[in-house]
Amino acid sequence: MIGLIPFFPLLGFLINGLGGKRISERMSGIIASVVVGLSFIVAITLFGEFLKIGTPLEQTLFTWIAVGKFTVSFSYVLDSLSLVMVLVITGVGLLIHIFSIGYMKGDPGIQRYFSYLNLFTFMMLTLVMSDNFLAMFLGWEGVGLCSYLLIGFWFEDPVKAAAGKKAFIVNRIGDFGFLLAMFLIFSRFGSLKFMDVLIPQQIAQIPIEIVTAITLLLFLGATGKSAQIPLHIWLPDAMAGPTPVSALIHAATMVTAGVYLIARCGILFAASEITMSVIAVIGILTAFFAATIALTETDIKKVLAYSTISQLGFMFAAVGVGAFAAGIFHLMTHAFFKGLLFLAAGSVIHGMSGEQNMLKMGGLKQKMPTTYWTMLAGVAAISGLPLLSGFFSKDEILWNVYSSQFGGNILFGIGLFTAAMTAFYMFRLFFMTFHGDRRWSKEVSPHESPKIMTIPLIMLAVLSVVGGFIGIPESWGGHNFFHQFLQKSTQDATGYITHQYSSGLLLSENILMILSIVAAIGGLLLAYRFYVQRPDIPGKISKSLSIAYKLVSGKYFIDELYGLLFVRPLRNGSELFLKKFDISVIDGIANGSGKVMLVLGNKLRRIQTGVMQNYAAVIFLGVISIIFYLYLK
Amino acid sequence: MTWLNEHILTILIGFPLGAAGLLLSVKQSNLKIIRRGALIITIFEFFISIFLYTNFKPIAQLQFVERIPWIPQWGVDFAVGVDGISLFLVLLTTFLGPIAVLASWTSIQKSVKGFMVSLLVMESAMVGVFVVTDLFFFYIFWEAMLIPMYFVIGIWGSGRRIYAAIKFVLFTMLGSLFMLVAIIYLFVQTKYQLGHPSLAFSDLALLALPMKAQYYLFLAFALSFAIKIPLFPFHTWLPDAHTEAPTAGSIILAGVLLKMGGYGFIRFCIPLFPKVLPQFVPLLIALAVVGIIYGALMAMVQPDLKRLVAYSSVSHLGFVVLGIFALTTPSITGGVIQMVNHGISTGALFLLVGMLYDRRHTRMISDFGGLARSLPKYSTVFIIVVLASIGLPGLNGFVGEFLILMGSFATHPTAVIIATFGVILTAVYLLWMVERVFFGKLDKDENKNLSDLSKREWSAILPIILVIVWLGIYPKPVLDRIEPSVKQLVDNYEMTINSESSDIDLEIAFKGIQGESRP
Repeated sequence: MIGLIPFFPLLGFLINGLGGKRISERMSGIIASVVVGLSFIVAITLFGEFLKIGTPLEQTLFTWIAVGKFTVSFSYVLDSLSLVMVLVITGVGLLIHIFSIGYMKGDPGIQRYFSYLNLFTFMMLTLVMSDNFLAMFLGWEGVGLCSYLLIGFWFEDPVKAAAGKKAFIVNRIGDFGFLLAMFLIFSRFGSLKFMDVLIPQQIAQIPIEIVTAITLLLFLGATGKSAQIPLHIWLPDAMAGPTPVSALIHAATMVTAGVYLIARCGILFAASEITMSVIAVIGILTAFFAATIALTETDIKKVLAYSTISQLGFMFAAVGVGAFAAGIFHLMTHAFFKGLLFLAAGSVIHGMSGEQNMLKMGGLKQKMPTTYWTMLAGVAAISGLPLLSGFFSKDEILWNVYSSQFGGNILFGIGLFTAAMTAFYMFRLFFMTFHGDRRWSKEVSPHESPKIMTIPLIMLAVLSVVGGFIGIPESWGGHNFFHQFLQKSTQDATGYITHQYSSGLLLSENILMILSIVAAIGGLLLAYRFYVQRPDIPGKISKSLSIAYKLVSGKYFIDELYGLLFVRPLRNGSELFLKKFDISVIDGIANGSGKVMLVLGNKLRRIQTGVMQNYAAVIFLGVISIIFYLYLK
Repeated sequence: MTWLNEHILTILIGFPLGAAGLLLSVKQSNLKIIRRGALIITIFEFFISIFLYTNFKPIAQLQFVERIPWIPQWGVDFAVGVDGISLFLVLLTTFLGPIAVLASWTSIQKSVKGFMVSLLVMESAMVGVFVVTDLFFFYIFWEAMLIPMYFVIGIWGSGRRIYAAIKFVLFTMLGSLFMLVAIIYLFVQTKYQLGHPSLAFSDLALLALPMKAQYYLFLAFALSFAIKIPLFPFHTWLPDAHTEAPTAGSIILAGVLLKMGGYGFIRFCIPLFPKVLPQFVPLLIALAVVGIIYGALMAMVQPDLKRLVAYSSVSHLGFVVLGIFALTTPSITGGVIQMVNHGISTGALFLLVGMLYDRRHTRMISDFGGLARSLPKYSTVFIIVVLASIGLPGLNGFVGEFLILMGSFATHPTAVIIATFGVILTAVYLLWMVERVFFGKLDKDENKNLSDLSKREWSAILPIILVIVWLGIYPKPVLDRIEPSVKQLVDNYEMTINSESSDIDLEIAFKGIQGESRP
């Protein structure tokens, strides 16, 4: 039964992939959506069953690789953690599939598009449902592959093709960490099954430095997949892909895989204080820096991309301070509102005939009302306006960052400031797109998207608004259903960390909540002032702070730095090495020894002159020499 | 079926050779019969080898053993048998046979008969190398392989084919001459120590060799295999030979010929000279790791597709050597399956590059761009093969690479860390190539009206794709058959290393490839 969940998308992939052009454009979209829908239904059914019996559901399909003591199977497991992921992947995924039918209409490669999308869903499900590291790695690489293929979907544009390649290669750097972590885990635990590794008693027997090494290596993998510093550079470029792809892969699901990985292995991570602190710091820093870049970005999708990086940073901060449930909670609400925001942006881009620059938008409110209102829901949710989904999840993270032993005042302060920036840049995006002057050119005639696109928007908007209610904090008298549900999967890990809630905390959870509301509303009002009331202000500010502005709008020049440090030296160095070493030295020796033989042969040939007197002379000299030699001896 | 069981290996060696003889009698101009004949022969050969696979028992013992006395006074027998290590190399050889014929269907126009006969003779020799259990015949087949390959490169090659062919032969000959000296030494030793001259693997195992002798013998054998596989820095013959060889030649070179080096390492260097092995392991592992990185870096900057694939072989076979000399069961098992996988996916890459060459008569990367538009099916297939080569989990390349790295990590963690870095580089050079050849604007007129895969081309590439997926998802039947033999090899090696008296242990060490005992 569990196996059906990944099976359906795989089937869809095979049908669309092998059928190709024989399948009509309409049919390919329907098939792709139906298979994901079926998975969703199975997932819901199993969710009910899980609530009833309360123990993880398992199914082993077959052995994949087995040599000696090393055995790895394709086997799926559904516990509360993977159930949350599966529901998000299939649920949000289904809506995005449906949206794609409208968005990709008329594209000649639509069958290819849907087959990739189904393959992605299959791989993502394998990632979150596998019961061991290696099968998870298969999903991990599989989603990377689909991401590569979909970013470069319009491969005729060299920029897009290059963006796909960049995503794959940067992810491979992360995979390097993941692979080494697996080697270490197997060498120490003798197994790659979560069940055998994630046992406190087992972990306690491993030297702490090894645990730190394993977890840091896994975290390297996570930074690649989830676009955290220093491997975040691929995600903004990934926006080259079709917008629903950005929604599904680069917002709702794949990029959260790193958070999932850490939550899954929470118990292992929690054993290493060093790793936890590193994750928390990297998370908050990523959240902060990505948010600053989003402040000045004018491409609507790129704002969302940096916002995704920033929000992922929040999730990492959460798991880094040991609040695994909070991290997954934010992962889920983020899937709702960021999926929504990307789709809404897609609807805008669709209505604007492909325009992505917000400087050429403005005043779209009347032209696309559904998109307007749904996007408002998403913007409000991500900004953390009270009672919306993002409010609860972000607040829980900030509270945990503040109160946990791995967090502290500084991290909390940066996080709170970032939350204010988030509200600012999101409303900036919103106002620049929908309010103010109409800055679009005459040829463009903005229009609302068809129903097949707006219905998914509305459904995601509803989820973004109410999705937080499953996690009402206990300080409000709520039950935090979500927290309790996840407890089964994460309690061991959280139990592992001794939380220092009580000692020396100045602020209570409720006061903290008020602070974050103030931050959100402050950001909103500032954006309103800058982009609706006084649109001349931003220009003035950017002039007066020109150096800072250049730094931020240049994305801190990280790409350029990597190019200078790694890419160019590697390529030029290899070029040089090829010429100076492979061809000159190694081949030179081989060919040179051949030449020496030829020359030697030529010289020696001269001896055979055929002239009798010469030979006689040589014999004579030889005899003389021998006599001398014998005599002297 | 017992009759077939006892003679199948002899048939596998003899059939292509005999059939090649028959093909010689066909008139030179009757191309249709020559081509179809070669195809049928190779397909039939493949089906015979399937019998090997289905009847092979997953145990360490040598199976399908046959022994025909040949020159009794020299103790030379024609003795054959397969175990888990050689089984899949034989299957790889017979699998690539029909594909090599199909790859030459239209691209070879000059003296087709000679070409097909050469292919068939090569097939016999290659199968022979993997199944004989007598060093005399091993050497015969090892060298016999050179002659048809020399002609294939020299006559049907392109560009600097004469240079490439001579370079290929000289490099390999250099190695095998040292091996010949070593073989003669062993031959003399058996005569003195055992009372009768013999070169049977099982008798060689009984020899008690002084350490010094083992040292030089190891060097002689290892040099020969290192050139063949090829290990850095003995690799420079490979790019030239690959590049100038016709497609079928490249497929066989990359697919099978290089594996003879890896096979030799496993078959001779480990069990025959275990006492000196630890002295050489650090050097060999270091060269393997250097090869992995070096091959990848060189592949990155090659302007020619075939040269790129050739250097990628240097990198990939570095993994194999690493796995073999890490001397653990998973790593050597990984090494064996990696050899098979590399044969399949690199064979496929050469096949595909050849198809492109047939259409455009160029292999320069810069002559292409945007091919995914004009050749969608071809591009899809190509990218699948590339992904297999990159080592994407779910496709065949990953299984071997992972087992090698994981297995080697126990004994050589530093080497594994560097080798794993090579995994990143593999993605860099292959995806960059894909980007330049298949993506971007289709801006060159010559590339606009190319025809996509033909039926014949499909029939050559489709079986490969199926095997790539099968071995990636369900390699268990293959691993199950390889593992027992490898495990015995490793166990015996460890026993020898851990004990003091060498002569008795050597006997045990060689049990893995022992045929029935000699009278």
